[in-house]
Amino acid sequence: MGVELGHYALILALLLAAAQGFFGLLGPSLARERWFAVARSAACGQFVFVVLATAVLVNAFVQDDFSVRYVAENSNSALPLFYRVSALWGAHEGSLLLWILVLGGWTMAVVARLRYLPAPFGARVLGVLGLISFGFLLFTLCTSNPFARLLPAVPDGNDLNPVLQDFALAVHPPILYTGYVGFAVSFAFACAAMIEGRRDQLWARWMRPWTVIVWAFLAWGIALGSWWAYYELGWGGFWFWDPVENASFMPWLVGTALIHSIAVTERRGLFKSWTLLLAVTAFSLSLLGTFLVRSGVLVSVHSFAADPRRGIFILIFLIVMIGGALGLYAWRAPGMRSQSGFEVFSREAFLLFNNLLLVVAAAVVFGGTMAPLIADTLGLGTLSVGPPYFNPSFLTPVLPLLALLAIGIHARWRRGALSDSRRPILITLGLSLLLAAALVLGIYSHPIALTPVGATLGCWIILSSLIEPFNRLRRGLRVPAPLLGMTVAHIGVGVFVLGITFVKSNSIELDVALKAGQSASVGEYSFRYEGVQNFEGPNYEVVRGTISVSRHGRPVTVLRPEKRRYWVQGSVQTTAAIAAGLNRDLLAALGDDVGAGAYSLRLQYRPLIRNVWLGALIMAIGGIITVIGRRQRTTVLKATAPLGLAPERGGAL
Amino acid sequence: MKAPALLAIGLLAWASFALAVDSTPPLSNPVLQQRYLALTHELRCMQCQNEALADSPVGLASDLRRDVRELLQAGQSDDQIRDHMVARYGEFILLRPRMNWRNAWLWSAPAVFMLIGVIIAVRVLRDRRRRVDIDELDADVEPSER
Amino acid sequence: MNRFVLPLAAFALLLIVLIVGLRHAPEKGVIVSPLLGKSAPQFTLPDLLDEQNQLRTDALRGHWSLVNVWGTWCEECRVEHATLLQIKQQGRVPIIGIDWKDDDAQARSWLSEMGNPYDHVGADREGRVAIDWGVYGAPESFLVNPAGTVVYKHVGALSPQIWAQEFLPHLL
Repeated sequence: MGVELGHYALILALLLAAAQGFFGLLGPSLARERWFAVARSAACGQFVFVVLATAVLVNAFVQDDFSVRYVAENSNSALPLFYRVSALWGAHEGSLLLWILVLGGWTMAVVARLRYLPAPFGARVLGVLGLISFGFLLFTLCTSNPFARLLPAVPDGNDLNPVLQDFALAVHPPILYTGYVGFAVSFAFACAAMIEGRRDQLWARWMRPWTVIVWAFLAWGIALGSWWAYYELGWGGFWFWDPVENASFMPWLVGTALIHSIAVTERRGLFKSWTLLLAVTAFSLSLLGTFLVRSGVLVSVHSFAADPRRGIFILIFLIVMIGGALGLYAWRAPGMRSQSGFEVFSREAFLLFNNLLLVVAAAVVFGGTMAPLIADTLGLGTLSVGPPYFNPSFLTPVLPLLALLAIGIHARWRRGALSDSRRPILITLGLSLLLAAALVLGIYSHPIALTPVGATLGCWIILSSLIEPFNRLRRGLRVPAPLLGMTVAHIGVGVFVLGITFVKSNSIELDVALKAGQSASVGEYSFRYEGVQNFEGPNYEVVRGTISVSRHGRPVTVLRPEKRRYWVQGSVQTTAAIAAGLNRDLLAALGDDVGAGAYSLRLQYRPLIRNVWLGALIMAIGGIITVIGRRQRTTVLKATAPLGLAPERGGAL
Repeated sequence: MKAPALLAIGLLAWASFALAVDSTPPLSNPVLQQRYLALTHELRCMQCQNEALADSPVGLASDLRRDVRELLQAGQSDDQIRDHMVARYGEFILLRPRMNWRNAWLWSAPAVFMLIGVIIAVRVLRDRRRRVDIDELDADVEPSER
Repeated sequence: MNRFVLPLAAFALLLIVLIVGLRHAPEKGVIVSPLLGKSAPQFTLPDLLDEQNQLRTDALRGHWSLVNVWGTWCEECRVEHATLLQIKQQGRVPIIGIDWKDDDAQARSWLSEMGNPYDHVGADREGRVAIDWGVYGAPESFLVNPAGTVVYKHVGALSPQIWAQEFLPHLL
């Protein structure tokens, strides 16, 4: 079956995206109501053809069609079916198609909820989304066609990079992209509001649920990526501040600022232009990240095969989209200043601190990631930046942020009245100090300087978050969904902080060579090496070791680390064995056969490491809870509000 | 000699989240061992470029760690060891950018950003505080009601 | 100045950095060796094929040399072996091999089975010399001029095209 079908589908999608952009943006400006429907149909049509193109490519993988260059480069007949499908996003061209597919999916979600927006506004949102789709489709068709043929066809393919042959990989990019790409929706809402020159804050109410869901997916996606790296690389690390990791983290930091800022805008009409700027920035960082990892300007292990020509194309796209949006901002923002006020220790003020500190954090990560490029441009020679820079620099804004979270959560809107909350603040602080001391002195001894700080902050945040729901329940009141969601999300932050604190200060690693029957002790655990066995897998041969772990004489688990040799690429991959637990992970990895029946091993103890990902997951769940509760309110409101709202206009485009 | 050593250890804790890595065998001199840990966390494994020398299991990493150990025992300073590595692999092998005047912009960036943030905060707060009195008073709204 | 124009101005600055970065991008894929333009590192290694002799840095003086770091454990080295034999046949540039972290016996039998393209091979059993050359992934090849200065470095397997397009121009 011709993969050309997929190619033509993409071309049709391109034309429909152009129509979506054209009719969506010009319809409202020229007051042509019928064009709104055209934009909507074009959006649906575009999605249909993108799905078709994706299906064609998936089929090419499943059928082992090695006449398609992309399939030949990333798959192999011995590759298990599951990975043949997930190889779709294993390299540049396919991952772009995934980008476009996810963008189409979000567009469909917007279409589904279009009736809750005023028609012109909805059309404009679709229009902006159409422009973005157009840009990516054009880029794919011109520079990165996944349907390019390889003639003459090879008998068998190169195989998927073994590092990518893992379950978590199959799940990670789609989830990550759902968040990463999803900020396009917030961006589109922001642009529509700016195009219309709105002076109200209704758009904030419409934008908020989308933003929170996107943010939650991105949190989940980043956590999954980190977990995958930990699991796959097996050396116990889970975050390296690699440019590609940072590329997804920066939009998330800005996104966190955004979901807080949008709450202030929605409720009090403050920070309007700031919220719009954040929405534009979040997506701009997503676009920038896409540029950085595909253009070859940054050296990174994760980046896709670099091609400066692709870089030029994306750069032009960046100029149009980001330059355009920021130009809109410069034009419209001055007219949006609100006249309301708030006190120094009000909730608005604390959310202001939250925003500023999160943006500083994002700027620090940005600076560190771009440092090699900046140094190159300014002629300051070569620069290489890694965790020893990022860790302390990132903490500089984040430690105050966490402390202010624990305090600010008690603050009331507008007037603050923090002195009313003096007792709960001090009590929670006191309890946290006690708990932290207990943890540090009792369970996790050998602290470093920051351990008590991290432990205190983690406990303080959790305890402070519980005060308000606790008070309500005590008075016999319900805990409404928004409050519940906020509480859960902040507890997630606390859990995360505790995890990071203890895994960073109390992990133990041991490199040792053992003969069969010999043991080594790692903290309280004893690892006994039993021996190795050799056998074969579907597309590799394997050496598997057996290690029994016990604690205080009682058996805990058996670890089976492996070393695999993939036949096709000839590469050797070490798979660490991990015994997971809520309070700790135990790891073992095989080194080399050092002769005399002994093997070198790397053994590790990682306390509370699961908390890191669990915390992120809880944060994401908290966010989703906030939105689910709200949707019912939105429906009710819309049923009673008059149709065709006429917002104040400041000269709509 | 005590104060500088304590300061160094404090900075070490701050700057590198020193993991309790037990390699076999640790250097007999604890100060050298501490320096060894710090250096191996600051140097990149050139083969698995996303890992520090301390964490990488590959052969090249253990060879480089061996070199670091020998240079330490030969009495070389931290800077000399870094220079030794950079002469062979380029600046890319450093995970921590050097602290010199050329890189001052990078190292001072967090503090500068924080300062800008504080200035913005102060200005916004002052402006909004003024407006509270100008506003007509709404009823105080409980934070639990959204 | 209207402060709302600041984001746009900041973006413009960023663009400048990105454009400059993009222009330099083609050189960046591989880490640039700091040895380029400097004298080849001093080394002394036992000769793999001749127990009595040693391979020293002075073997590189007085003529162009291609220093090739390889090992029997390395797949890509197997791939480039044919190219190395071709280069040896052309006879313009002698090849000096550095056998990196390898088993001597295996290396000798590999060379006798697959052909020996090297004029001399040094056995770097401990990997110290490879580190001095800044090697991080075999195979790596260095072009050294008659004065003993490293002129070019290539990471990865050699092919006839790479030899012709990237190495030979330096000999002119």
